[in-house]
Amino acid sequence: MRGFLLNRLSQSLVLLLIVSVIGFVVLNLIPGGPLAQFGLDPSMTQDDLNRLKEQLGLNRPLWMQYLDWAWRLVQGDWGHSFRDGAPVLDVIGRHLVATLLLMGSSTVIAIAIGTWIGIRGATHRYSVFDYLATVGAMVALSIPTFWFGLLGIYVFSLRLGWLPAGNMYTIGDGSALNYLHHLIMPSIVLALVHVAIWSRYMRTATLDVISQEFVKTARAKGLSERRILMKHVVGNALLPMITLAGMQLPSVLTGALVTETVFTWPGMGRLFLDSLGYSDYPVVMGLLMFSAILVVLCNLIADIVVAIIDPRIRLS
Amino acid sequence: MAAIEAVTIDEAALSVRGLTVDLPKGMERTHAVENISFDLKRGQILCIIGESGSGKSVTANTIMGLLPKLIPVSSGAIHLDGRTIVGASPKELRGLRGRIVSMIFQDPLSALNPLMTVGEQITEVLMAHGVGTKASRRNRAIELLTEVGLPDPELMYYQYPFRLSGGQRQRVMIAMALALEPTVLIADEPTTALDVTTQAQILKLIRDIQRRKGMSVMFITHDFGVVAEIADSVVVMEKGRIVEQGSAEQVLKSPTHPYTQRLIAAVPHLTGKDRVPQEKVGDGTILKVEGLSKTYRSGSALFGSQRIVPAVKEVSFELAAGRTLGVVGESGSGKSSLGRLLIKLQDSDGGRILFEGRDIAKLSETEFRPLRPKIQMIFQDPFASLNPRSTIGQILTVGPVAHGMPYAQAREEARALLSHVGLDAGAFGRYPHEFSGGQRQRIGIARALMFKPKLLIADEAVSALDVSIQAQILKLLDQIQRETGVSMIFITHDLRVASQICDEIAVMQKGRIVEHGPPSQIFLDPQSAYTRELVAAIPGERPRSTRPAAVNI
Repeated sequence: MRGFLLNRLSQSLVLLLIVSVIGFVVLNLIPGGPLAQFGLDPSMTQDDLNRLKEQLGLNRPLWMQYLDWAWRLVQGDWGHSFRDGAPVLDVIGRHLVATLLLMGSSTVIAIAIGTWIGIRGATHRYSVFDYLATVGAMVALSIPTFWFGLLGIYVFSLRLGWLPAGNMYTIGDGSALNYLHHLIMPSIVLALVHVAIWSRYMRTATLDVISQEFVKTARAKGLSERRILMKHVVGNALLPMITLAGMQLPSVLTGALVTETVFTWPGMGRLFLDSLGYSDYPVVMGLLMFSAILVVLCNLIADIVVAIIDPRIRLS
Repeated sequence: MAAIEAVTIDEAALSVRGLTVDLPKGMERTHAVENISFDLKRGQILCIIGESGSGKSVTANTIMGLLPKLIPVSSGAIHLDGRTIVGASPKELRGLRGRIVSMIFQDPLSALNPLMTVGEQITEVLMAHGVGTKASRRNRAIELLTEVGLPDPELMYYQYPFRLSGGQRQRVMIAMALALEPTVLIADEPTTALDVTTQAQILKLIRDIQRRKGMSVMFITHDFGVVAEIADSVVVMEKGRIVEQGSAEQVLKSPTHPYTQRLIAAVPHLTGKDRVPQEKVGDGTILKVEGLSKTYRSGSALFGSQRIVPAVKEVSFELAAGRTLGVVGESGSGKSSLGRLLIKLQDSDGGRILFEGRDIAKLSETEFRPLRPKIQMIFQDPFASLNPRSTIGQILTVGPVAHGMPYAQAREEARALLSHVGLDAGAFGRYPHEFSGGQRQRIGIARALMFKPKLLIADEAVSALDVSIQAQILKLLDQIQRETGVSMIFITHDLRVASQICDEIAVMQKGRIVEHGPPSQIFLDPQSAYTRELVAAIPGERPRSTRPAAVNI
């Protein structure tokens, strides 16, 4: 188990290194460079630009900039935003809670509903329910998230007026209920596609386990169907799903980016888009590294959880 | 069909009358089992024997009330300890399962839930039927683990199945089945997946427990050796019908139905006689192996989590041209690794493989490639070893064509070979799924022969086949060797099969050859203790005096 962890950790570090190099290079390949927006400002002279470049160290070769940035990153200094000079980590921190709230709630929804649909689809294979779930998953997978967002706003905000069309809370009302009210639509919209994916995988995993010999053993022991399902089938079926949950995180993150934009949710997705617009390179790189670390960590956690649950890995 | 003696309900723990189970439309038969009747007398072991597809497992599942909804019981009656099974509600059936009738299965590796401890899985039976308290259930489980001869029951209670060997898992299954002292125990091929020495232990355990508790056992098997070992009475099934039934003595010694006679004739026996060597073909030694070794390493050496498994240790032998060497051993003995090394599907760590005098062990893949046609392999699983998307013609010709044979010639030779191995030449354009297991193995043999090999390596080539098919394939291999003078290495776990076809036998244990000699020596006068143990464990082959209750066949 210790060897396994060390192994995975060292792999993760290499991965982060590669992500940071690619991110850094690609970002600097964008025409115009970090100071492009100032070029449009008539009050900035070329001299001003050169001085700014000098100040920010942007006139050095790219590799030197990278090394400098990476070395500071390792030491905990993620740089400062070009926009307001605030430390990058603070900027990310301000938006982090909103995004985690959205991602967390929609992940819970996706897993809970997806698991239920998947198991029911498998135990009632080829039933009307199974058929509808299959068609529903196809629909959810083939329609983009932003469209569901717009549809939701049109129906529930504009027509019915049940749910707010955007933002995280009503200014002046900071109650938990108010937050929740604002959270419902974006988290469901973000969850939709993941419910679809999760339910399909869960259905397959459950069918796999149901055809295993030990389920027949459980029947031969005279257990009730309910206990067979809960005790023998679901546990074994969820095992591969934990890894899937870890792997799905990047797509929840990108989904959050779209959803946040549609619902003007003040999270990291919005921050990312805004920062790109302002060519705020330190924040963009910071967000890139932050999400990379998040994804790597979650995959690591998923592997550890599998190892804890599965005695075959835990004890060997 | 032989007449059934009339027995009263009290004498029979289980009685099946006129049972017919339908198959869904579009299958090769209309019924899974058709109008079968038999009795399992109290305190006896009844063996149901038949080849694959004979309906024996369907019979067991019907009695357990575990038939899939797709195949319903259409007529007949089953009485279990005075209760009617056919027509009982699912709830009633569930109450009987595990309490009145228990079942153990073929594959102990997949029959236990990998995420639950052994103890939990045993106490679950008691809990499902509302027996005992938490503490008393635990005590009962430990008592059961002791009863089935598992070491350290207190510790075993908390073990997960993956820690246990195949034989130990089967003991856990038996403990589970015995938890509520059922009237009837159904054992569906419980020893088929086990090594021969483990099989002998499990058979003895079942027999002992059956006697001690006076339990009635319905034992499903395809192996007449096993029948001879434990049966009191026998039911022979073919294609869903019972063709013969009677006492074990009667059925084994004087079978009346031609199918039974054929089955019994097909059972491979230890001949103890050596194979009549054919005239010398070619010159002397074709293969000489010296000090061959292979060690598997897994995990990472860097982080100290490496596992090192020596699979083949210092193996040396010689094979004369036109002869067959049997490599026999239990699972994990290294026999399959040896086969893979010889055909260079894996590289060896040390030692020499002299094929026609040339050391091939050190050759690189490109250097070895021209030699590949000369060494060919026949695989175990006739279902997995043929590409389902290729026609038989493609499967047969793709290799030789890749080695430079013109397609037209390859096609002609393929057609000729197909009829040679006993298939219709029309098989050329068909796909693997259209053939039975035995036919596919013939295709596998034809595929290997397309290269006109000097050496054939057959890895468990007949293990997945029914006995009657097994006998045919062995005959075919023998015939081919006599015609083409090909040398063969025949890897098997089954000593009886090895004794049929091999000139010499090498017995492997833990990566080493522990004994090497002609069949007469191996079977009649084994030199090593391990070989003696192996030979003694073969079901149905022990001298009569050691088994008072069973009969010799």
